[in-house]
Amino acid sequence: MTVRVLRRLAILVASVLVASIVVFLFMAVLPGDPAQVALGVNATPELVAKTRAEFGIDRPLVTQYFDWIGGVLQGDFGRSYVTREEIGPALADRLGVTLWLVGAGMLVALLIAVPAGTFAAVRHRKADGTAVSGLSQIGVAIPAFLAGIILVQIFAVQLRWLPSGGWTPPVQDTGEFLRGLVLPALSLGLVQGAVLTRYVRSAVLDTLGQDYLRTARSKGLRPFPALFRHGLRNAAVPVVTVLGLQLATLLIGAVVVERVFVLPGLGSMLLDSVASRDLLSVQGIVLVLVVGVLLVNFVVDVLYTVLDPRLRGS
Amino acid sequence: MTLEVQGLGIADLVRGVSFGIARGERVGLIGESGSGKSLTALSIMGLLPEELAASGSVKLDGRELLGAPERELSRLRGNDLSMVFQEPMTALNPAMRVGAQVAEPMRIHRDGGKHRAAAADLLDSVGLPGTSRAYPHQLSGGQRQRVVLAIALANNPKLLICDEPTTALDVTVQARILELILDGVRERESALLFITHDLAVVASVCERVLVMLDGEIVESGTTRDVLTAPKHEYTKKLLAASDLEASR
Amino acid sequence: MRNRSLLIGAVLVALIVLAALLSFVWTPFDPVRVDAPNRLHDFSGANPLGTDSFGRDVLSQLMVGARTTLYVGVVAVGIAALIGTPLGILAGMSSRWLGEFVMRANDLVLAFPALLLAIMFGAVFGATTLTAMVAIGIATIPSFARIARSGTLQVMSSEFVLAARSAGRSRLNIAARHVLPNIFGMLIVQASVSFAIAVLAEAALSFLGFGTRPPTPSWGRMLQESQVFLTLHPRLALVPGVAIAIAVLGFNLLGDGLRDRLDPRLAARL
Repeated sequence: MTVRVLRRLAILVASVLVASIVVFLFMAVLPGDPAQVALGVNATPELVAKTRAEFGIDRPLVTQYFDWIGGVLQGDFGRSYVTREEIGPALADRLGVTLWLVGAGMLVALLIAVPAGTFAAVRHRKADGTAVSGLSQIGVAIPAFLAGIILVQIFAVQLRWLPSGGWTPPVQDTGEFLRGLVLPALSLGLVQGAVLTRYVRSAVLDTLGQDYLRTARSKGLRPFPALFRHGLRNAAVPVVTVLGLQLATLLIGAVVVERVFVLPGLGSMLLDSVASRDLLSVQGIVLVLVVGVLLVNFVVDVLYTVLDPRLRGS
Repeated sequence: MTLEVQGLGIADLVRGVSFGIARGERVGLIGESGSGKSLTALSIMGLLPEELAASGSVKLDGRELLGAPERELSRLRGNDLSMVFQEPMTALNPAMRVGAQVAEPMRIHRDGGKHRAAAADLLDSVGLPGTSRAYPHQLSGGQRQRVVLAIALANNPKLLICDEPTTALDVTVQARILELILDGVRERESALLFITHDLAVVASVCERVLVMLDGEIVESGTTRDVLTAPKHEYTKKLLAASDLEASR
Repeated sequence: MRNRSLLIGAVLVALIVLAALLSFVWTPFDPVRVDAPNRLHDFSGANPLGTDSFGRDVLSQLMVGARTTLYVGVVAVGIAALIGTPLGILAGMSSRWLGEFVMRANDLVLAFPALLLAIMFGAVFGATTLTAMVAIGIATIPSFARIARSGTLQVMSSEFVLAARSAGRSRLNIAARHVLPNIFGMLIVQASVSFAIAVLAEAALSFLGFGTRPPTPSWGRMLQESQVFLTLHPRLALVPGVAIAIAVLGFNLLGDGLRDRLDPRLAARL
């Protein structure tokens, strides 16, 4: 088990390293001159040269990369070419917002998918089970931002139950924070929940046909407790894979939902930085998001080992 | 009678099956695959697939099982009534330790603790000492079938049903499993319904035999009578095809 | 039940393809013609789906938008299939080491989801339909590589391939004559499912302003432009929203249905 985890850890570190090089090269090599880009076409050559020197963009790429990644490892993402402010602290703030959103969205998705998927599987021959499957199929087809727009219309504009957007930090006013989180989390979670429902259904359906479930019934467990005690953990293995992929999707999907609900998350910071041609910030944010995805994949892999004793080796 | 089956029918796959098993009696049910043996067993357990319904009567100690509410049936299953399945490789939950799986029927049907220790003792008695903390994938097929047997015997059932318990196993371990089944039911005075297509196995385990063909019982009697003086054409064919004659 | 998926999916996809094809020869109005006096008309005989805030006919925009959607989908899935499939087959047929390397590279690409990649491309090259298509295409490569590899591994262990190999057939020959035809069904299913994902990604990108530029009509941008008028004219969001949902649902159902037809082994799993 330890060997497996260590091996995965090595792969994680290597992947993060390669990904950081890819992100760096992408931003450094392709666009031409970031200083020129940041200052605009009307900037004088002297100003551009001065800015290049100020940010060290005139040095060789290899030096720049190690300088950048060395800083990042210590939490220093450099100074924005545009605003000249430290990128790191802003990034941390924004990341917090996005993580709340993603966490809440995932919770919504799970709260929908586990019961709905199990129900659809247990009753797959009945009309109501088929109806749940069909609904999930339609839910998959609705983009998160459309769900957001509709939810805002209903719950914020018409019913006035919840705010249509904006962010209140949890430490400032927990109630308001939660109220503000509901609609974004729902728009993110409903759609992912629909996707996940299909996988939970197929995993549970698969489990229902397993011999060990019949053994459990033959011990005197009634159908639902048998599924609960013996089925869910086994069904969880394939679902966790999808869950990992979904967390990655959610992390990026949050970009769109943050735009709909005007939330100061990583996604809106990314879009703002792109709009203001602030490439160093873009580079930092992209790195954080990509590392986030890789980290999720790593955790999923380790989780497998916990869930499935067959992977632990004897 | 521990078990009394009267006019059992399942769709048109099993028709008019009637037999009884007395306390401590060991009865074999033979026939080729598709003859309805396993369906008969599952209908006694009340575990037929949803789309199949059983008609007729199945009584355990005079109590009607067919049509009994699930709540009542689940109180009998794993307690008075238990079953060993054909495929040991898939019959156990891969994500649960063997000891916990053996302890489970006791936890379901009995009050009080000490189930873990009792499970360990049971595993001991089927020749698997110290395996409580193993996972199924760490055991061989024969060892897993012993675990399944331990589960089935955990609450000293009145009736044990074994559905081809040795078919999936190596010849070398078959004999040991049969021995354990025999010891298990003798100790507990459990009735045994033993399903197989193997006449040699029936000869060594059962006192009485039922021969099933295309969903009906075509011949029944003591093992000795049926195997030495078969009346039905099909039984004769079965005997001729087996090497039982040669081995005796 | 399953054939119903295929039927409904095919009908929905056909609906969108027909709308797109028809838009080449006929739309009710010029989709990009601004007609200020006729802004924000609701449903009427002249404009069956009304007009938007610039007085443009919504139905005409929707039809031309179908074109954009299909165009992006075809190019993105095309890129992914053309690069991912050979890579996957290569990984499945070659040595363990090379196969492992390809799959690791695959995992790395997976860390750059379509939206993120498209935003990066947009930041560097400026956002256009092209950057969106290419980004979605690249992000979809791993799906094809993965499915092609697992299919190839299966085919390679089959008896007829062993026979072909012992007969001294070259790897390329085996790949072309045995592997590709046998995994073709799986690839078609993957293409349909990836198409649905590409439609969603394009819509999200256009919504964010990282996809198709104005004035070319696009469903995602129609949705984005509708936001301001949402309370008074929810129709403007619902029409493109429903169109997106129909496209995604159509391709997903088509994929499900095809899976049954072409790949019974996968059908059992999902």
